[in-house]
Amino acid sequence: MSQKLKHLTFKDGIKDGIPIFLGYFPIAMAFGILSRGTGLTLIETLSFSFILFAGAAQFIAVGMIASGVGAIEMIITIFFLNFRHFLMSASLSAKTHFKHPLLKPFISFFVTDESFSVASFANGQLNESYLIPMQLLGYFGWGIGSGVGFVIGSILPPLLQKAMGIGLYLMFIALLVPEMKKTNKAIVLSVMAGIMNSILRLLLHLPQGWSIVITIILVSLLGVLVYEHEETSTKEVINYE
Amino acid sequence: MSKTMWIILGLMIVTYIPRLLPFLIISNKKLPGKLRQFLEYVPYAALGALIIPGAINTIPGHPLATAVGLSFAFLYSYLKGGMIITVVGGIIATYIILVI
Repeated sequence: MSQKLKHLTFKDGIKDGIPIFLGYFPIAMAFGILSRGTGLTLIETLSFSFILFAGAAQFIAVGMIASGVGAIEMIITIFFLNFRHFLMSASLSAKTHFKHPLLKPFISFFVTDESFSVASFANGQLNESYLIPMQLLGYFGWGIGSGVGFVIGSILPPLLQKAMGIGLYLMFIALLVPEMKKTNKAIVLSVMAGIMNSILRLLLHLPQGWSIVITIILVSLLGVLVYEHEETSTKEVINYE
Repeated sequence: MSKTMWIILGLMIVTYIPRLLPFLIISNKKLPGKLRQFLEYVPYAALGALIIPGAINTIPGHPLATAVGLSFAFLYSYLKGGMIITVVGGIIATYIILVI
């Protein structure tokens, strides 16, 4: 079945990477603004984006620095917050055909919620020539955006700076909605995940990192159970669309 | 090196390892059908959990602005699709409500 999939090219990677570059830019600017407001230097801000490269976690880490949280506590929190990438990397690596296995440590560095989602929904066989340009465009959009935000962000109206904070969620919506139009599974599973994560966070007061990881595992398992019998009938449709 | 730089390095290590390990363990191996199916559902579950409930309280104290920004994004990506206008338009819609 997999040999019938279209082979994704370098050009596909560029085409899918440009929206990530542009989508990341204002969000990264918001990070640069926040980072400067917290008293970090430009070098520290750029290091966050180019060395850590982890969207939501950077906002939370800077917030923790601002409130004087200790290094060990920060590292543990961010570990759990980013542990969802373990599941994303597992999902991605199961679908990727590597011609050059030595590139795995390189490609895995750039796994983010967004590049993972774009790759997951790409129509074809995943490989290095597609993933690298797509991921690198996101990486530079994020890094350059935070630098620009740091340097010129304070010129922007304060309310606009505030509004930019919503960008990360807008991007998640932009990634999810087109899939919801394509398959019912996207609607059912994402809505279930939203409900479950709300219960874990708001009622059981689990820390964010934990509740997201537990939600992803439980909902994906539920999906396997619910769609068990449909698997044979729908699989072909999914792979050929 | 500043204390912050050391923290960034520490954060990078604990972020990179979970990103790296599955690639070293899984790639180019045939996985059992059920596990493969499980991993196929991860993106839907992840996006649902990333959006809700976090999105609802993005701009504390301004639920209307947040709601308008999110609704714009939802409607625009439903009707037209695409990332750039969804993100930039949603930020502008949120900004307009914050201003008025």
